[in-house]
Amino acid sequence: MRRKKECVAMLLAGGQGSRLYALTNDIAKPAVTFGAKYKIIDFPLSNCINSGIDTVGVLTQYEPLELNEYIGNGQPWDLDRAFGGVHILSPYQAKKKSSWYEGTANAVYQNLGFLKKYDPDYVLILSGDHIYKMNYADMLQAHIRSGADCTIAAIEVSEKEASRFGILNVREDGTIYEFEEKPKKPKSNLASMGIYIFTAEKLFNYLEKDDKDPSSSKDFGKDVLPAMLKAGEKMCCYRFEGYWKDVGTINSLFEANMDLLGDPPVFDVNDPDWKIHSRNPIAPPEYLGERARVENSIVALGCEIEGTVIHSVLSTGVVVEEGALVRDSIIMAGSVIKRGAAVLNSIVDENVEIREGASVGDGSPSITVLGRSMCIAAGSKIKGGEIIDRDYRGE
Amino acid sequence: MTHSTVGVIFSNIHDENIPELSKHRTMASIPFVGRYRLIDFTLSNLVNSGITTVGIVTKNNYQSLMDHLGSGKDWDLARKDGGIILLPPYSNPTDKPYNSRLEALMSILSFLSHRKEEYVVIADCDGVLRMDVGEIVRYHVENRADITMVYTRQESVDSSYFLTLDPDETGRVRGLKINPDVEGKGGFNLYINIMVLQREYLIRLVEDASQRGLTSFGRDILTKNVDSMRIFGYPFDGYYAGINSLQKYYRHSMEFLKKEVRDEIFSAHDIYTKVRDSAPSQYREGAVVKNSLISDGCIIEGVVENSILFRDVKIGKGSVVRNSIIMQDGVIETGVWLEGVIADKGVLIRDRRHLAGCEQLPYFIGKGRRL
Repeated sequence: MRRKKECVAMLLAGGQGSRLYALTNDIAKPAVTFGAKYKIIDFPLSNCINSGIDTVGVLTQYEPLELNEYIGNGQPWDLDRAFGGVHILSPYQAKKKSSWYEGTANAVYQNLGFLKKYDPDYVLILSGDHIYKMNYADMLQAHIRSGADCTIAAIEVSEKEASRFGILNVREDGTIYEFEEKPKKPKSNLASMGIYIFTAEKLFNYLEKDDKDPSSSKDFGKDVLPAMLKAGEKMCCYRFEGYWKDVGTINSLFEANMDLLGDPPVFDVNDPDWKIHSRNPIAPPEYLGERARVENSIVALGCEIEGTVIHSVLSTGVVVEEGALVRDSIIMAGSVIKRGAAVLNSIVDENVEIREGASVGDGSPSITVLGRSMCIAAGSKIKGGEIIDRDYRGE
Repeated sequence: MTHSTVGVIFSNIHDENIPELSKHRTMASIPFVGRYRLIDFTLSNLVNSGITTVGIVTKNNYQSLMDHLGSGKDWDLARKDGGIILLPPYSNPTDKPYNSRLEALMSILSFLSHRKEEYVVIADCDGVLRMDVGEIVRYHVENRADITMVYTRQESVDSSYFLTLDPDETGRVRGLKINPDVEGKGGFNLYINIMVLQREYLIRLVEDASQRGLTSFGRDILTKNVDSMRIFGYPFDGYYAGINSLQKYYRHSMEFLKKEVRDEIFSAHDIYTKVRDSAPSQYREGAVVKNSLISDGCIIEGVVENSILFRDVKIGKGSVVRNSIIMQDGVIETGVWLEGVIADKGVLIRDRRHLAGCEQLPYFIGKGRRL
C-alpha cells in the first residue's frame, strides 16, 4: 500500500529572535517560556494535533539544542507516530551542496525530500513565534473549497498597527490581488499571520524556481508569494477571528503573557476543548504559605510562595520569600525572589536569584529583562527598562 | 544492585481499610496530595532506585489504575524488556481469584519465574515514604538474609491487620506477631509492607506453600518460621504516612502543608505521575489562598485556607474552603462554606451550601456527588 498524508505542516523555528534580547541568548525563539508552563512552540504543535495534522517538520537552525531536547520524540503532543509525527529538520550536508537555511523558503526547499516522502496534497507553513488557538482543518477546508493554489490566514488589526504587518488586499470573493509589506498608508487592515496552505505541487514548483533565482532572498513573504501572485496563481485569504499575537518582541511577549490574566482572561489556555499540550515538568502542587498574597496571577506547579504576587505569571518552581513583592512581572522556572526583594514590570528568565532587598524595575512603563542564571546582589537596584544578562557587570 | 531487582506492587491489598475512597478504585489509585495517586510514591521509589521492571498485582476495580498507568511512560517504565506489567487475577475454570497475599503470589509464579533479576522487592501502596530500595537490597545481601522486612517505630495502631517485628541487636528478627496488643506500651516496630527476597527463594517458598495448601503469608509462613528463616528487620526512620483509614488519610494529607514533609518526599527526588496537560492555576480577583497546596488547572476566586486542591478544581466567588481536600474536577460554586471536608473526584457543591466535618470525622462527599 502506498502511504501518504493529506497535509503536512512545516514549522519555521529557526529564527534567532534577536528582538527578545537576553531571552534568546542561548535558545531559539520558539523555546522561550510562555504562560508559566508552556513554550511558544507548544501553540502551533498543539494546534496541529488538535486539527488532525499529525506530520510536522520543525525547521531549526539557531541554538537548536534546547528546542530539540524539548520536542524529543513528540510524545507530549501525541506526535510520536509510526508514519508521520514530529521531526526536527536541521540544515544538513548534502552530496551536491550544503548550506545553512538562507530564508524561510530555502529552509523548506532544502527539505523537499522530507515533504515528498509523505506525498502530501497540501503543505501548511507555520511560524514558531505566534500565540493563538486555530483549527487548521477549517482553513484547509476553505483552501480546498476555493480551489486556491495558496491560502493565507489573515487577521484584522487596527489601522495604527497595520503598518507593522504584511497587509493583504483582497477582492470581495476573498482572492488576493496585492501584498503590501509594512505599508506606510495601508489600504486594508488584513494582516498576514504567516500561516500559509499551499497545494503541494505548486509549492514544489515555485520553491524550485525560487532557488534558481539569484536575486531572490529565499523568503516566503518577500519572494515566493509575490512570484505566485505575479504569475496569476489563485491566492485566497482565510480570515481568522480570535486571539493571535506575534510574540517576537519584549513588549509583545509581555503583553501576551498578561493577556492570560483577568476575569475572564483575554486569552484562556485553560480550554478543555482545545488543550495546549506541553512537555510537563515534574513538580508537586504549588504551596502558598500563611502570609502569601497571590492575586490576579497564574502560578505553575512547584512554586513556593510566602510573599506577595500581583498581576504576574510564575513558572514552575519559582520561590517568592516572605516580604518579597512581584508585581506586573513574568518569572520563569526556578528563579528565586529572596526576602524583601521587589520585582516590578519585569521579565525574569530561568534560574535567576534576586537576593535580599534587591529591586528589579521601578514601575516605569519600560520593561526590565534579566537573562538566565543571573544573580542580583542583595540591596542592589536595577533600573526600569534595563536588559541585562550574564555579561553585565553592574554599577 | 537494583538493576538486578524486580518490583512487585500489590495494588488492592488494603482496600478494605478505606472503603470510602476505594469503593470505585484500588488502594493504589487513591488520589493523594493534589496530583498523585498512592501508587505514584511506591512506583517512584522503585524507579528512582533504578528498578526498570515492576509487576503490579491487581484484583478488583483496577480500571482506574490501568487508566492511570497507561503504558508506564510517565514513570519512564514503557520498556521493551520489563517496564510496567499488570498482573490481573489469573485463574483456570476451577480456581477462584485469590483471597490472600500468598494466593496472589501463587498466581504470579509464572511472572516471577520468567524474570531474570536476582532479587524481588514486594511493596504495598498504603504507605507514603521516601526509600532507597538499593540500600535495603544491600542490607539484605550483607546479612545473608532470607527475607528483609522494613519497619518503622510507631506509638499506636488503628489498622485491623498488622505485623510487629522484634529484631535483636544484629537486626535479625526473633519475634514476629500479628495484631498484638500494643496500645500504651511505649511504642513498637510496625512492619510497613515492604520486603526484599531472593527471587528464587520466593518462588520456592510460594511453591512449597502451595503444595502444602497454606493460605496466609504472615500467619502460615512468617510467624511459624521466625526461628528457622533468616528474617531481618530494616529500620526506616524517615517520614512515613500509613494510610489505613479515612482519618489517617486526612491527617497525613494535611502533613504535606509542612515544609519538612514536602522537602523529604518531593525535593530529593522526583515523584512521577500521569500527565494531564492541565493549564497553570489561575488566581483571579477575590482569591485569598493561605497555607495550601494547589494543583494545576485550578481557577480560584474565593478563599482557600489550610487545604489541598487537586487538578482542575474551581472555587467560586465568595466561597470559603478551610481544612479541606477537594479532589480533581471539583466545582465549588459561589458563597459555599466548607470546613473539614474531603470531596472525592468530580463533586459539585452548589451555591451557598454549608458543610462541615472535623479532623476526627472529616465530612466525606463521594465521587461525582452533586449537592
